[in-house]
Amino acid sequence: MNTAISTDMFQYEFMTNAFAAAGIAALVSGVVGFFLVMRAQTFAGHALSHIGFAGATGAGLLGLAPIWGLTGFSLAAGVVMGLLSERISNRDVAIGVVLALALGFGLLFLHYHTAFATQATALLFGNVLAVDRTMIMTLAAFAIITLVVLAAIMRPLIFASLQPELAEAKGVPLRVVSTVFLAVVALAVSQCAQIVGVLLVFTLMVGPPAAAQRLTSGLWSGLSLAAALAVGEAWLGLTLAFYTDWPVSFCIALLSGAGYFAALTAPTLRARPAVLEHEA
Amino acid sequence: MTAAIELERASLRVGGRDVLAGVSFAIRPGEFIGVLGPNGAGKTTLLRAVLGLLPPSAGTVRVLGRAPRRGDASIGYLPQVRTVLPDVRLRGVDFIAASLNGERWGLPSLTRADRHAIDATLDLVGARALGRRPLADMSGGERQRLLLAQALIGNPRLLLLDEPLIGLDARHQEIAINVVAEACRKRGITVLFSAHELNQLIGTLDRVLYLGNGRAALGTVDEVITAPVLSALYGTDIHVVRAEGHIFVMSRGRDVEHVDHQHDHEHGHQH
Repeated sequence: MNTAISTDMFQYEFMTNAFAAAGIAALVSGVVGFFLVMRAQTFAGHALSHIGFAGATGAGLLGLAPIWGLTGFSLAAGVVMGLLSERISNRDVAIGVVLALALGFGLLFLHYHTAFATQATALLFGNVLAVDRTMIMTLAAFAIITLVVLAAIMRPLIFASLQPELAEAKGVPLRVVSTVFLAVVALAVSQCAQIVGVLLVFTLMVGPPAAAQRLTSGLWSGLSLAAALAVGEAWLGLTLAFYTDWPVSFCIALLSGAGYFAALTAPTLRARPAVLEHEA
Repeated sequence: MTAAIELERASLRVGGRDVLAGVSFAIRPGEFIGVLGPNGAGKTTLLRAVLGLLPPSAGTVRVLGRAPRRGDASIGYLPQVRTVLPDVRLRGVDFIAASLNGERWGLPSLTRADRHAIDATLDLVGARALGRRPLADMSGGERQRLLLAQALIGNPRLLLLDEPLIGLDARHQEIAINVVAEACRKRGITVLFSAHELNQLIGTLDRVLYLGNGRAALGTVDEVITAPVLSALYGTDIHVVRAEGHIFVMSRGRDVEHVDHQHDHEHGHQH
């Protein structure tokens, strides 16, 4: 970025495009991430993004746009992960094995498609400044699908996350809910990866929602704050990158980390009533 | 009169093992039943069958006059295994609210009537203040009271409480028992209350359902808590010792209820 010509970042089309794309992806990431954090499934989100990386490099090999491979692979993996286990439990080992396998394939695809290597960095760390109109329209369409599906399952999803045993007894189809949710996460991951890259999806999907859950104790207030923080951090990160010439993804990662650690220390500053009840 | 819960030569199989084998009994509407028995005797399994989560491998199970079905709104349920998400900072009321019509699709919403129902039931178990506190800040016993309040919402006809006293101190155990007993008497709710100690429930329960060794015995305390009946259920020689209104179930000089639950017993001495 050369700032000698103008210091008004919105004069540049690539910046307005970047703001639009980052805004859409961050909104979805904040909202979906809120449930990911609530369900303690962040590792699954992490794995889906890495599996998406294999898909993106595979798509490059076939001459397709990376986003389709990324979305296709992570969506398929999300559905399989959901079908394999209906309860929230410790599946970290299984996820870890699938994750390593997927990254191995990603490397293999790169090996046979060396011209793709430069794009690989963009996939890993994001390249929001190269986003064009077509990509914005694609992201917007993905965002609408993601949020509509999430809204449709939100009520049973919350119930099944908080009290799976009771939810099962009350007739919530746990496996269906958890599978659809992981598909929603896969879609959100593929949008988020367009902005900050597959390695840094946590910056928008985990950092802001985790901070929001530290700061609020209501459902809607937490969801709104998660979305607002994600969008705010993405936009502020873009601005910071424009004026400092640092990589955008680094700036967003920095703000996400700062936001989370600030939220962690916040409750200790607030006076809390000392309610001590002795258990037997 | 239709029985609230009726088993006819019912077998319940979990993991290839018949936890209950050919069991028959009938629980009348409005009865407060204490469900007892050693660990693994099938207390939770029986409740799951009543909830329609586990079809019998043989015989029949009937609940409120019909075959058990999942999601029956006339059953209030407090599960024994309660998933705890340590980082969830939702308020107690939001936690309970999530369970109201939680099986419906769409966005969560709460009507004024829902809020009143939540407040009223929180008052009932003396947990109004808990409703405003984040879940993550609550002790195990406080969560337990929240869950008990939740099970009472929506005027259930049948209340299935799986070890509701675990984690509660003596005072809150008494409150829990009294609240449930009152709901049982005033609203005519049938209660299945599983516990691992008989004595706390003696003054409250109508009949005891004692499970063990794949079998079940239903009757009054005097009928069931006897050496021959319990010896059959435990599969070993059992002596029943009565002292000052308390009943101790002993095997080779040891109190079986306390041997089974040594950990809880030790906790009781920390006062």
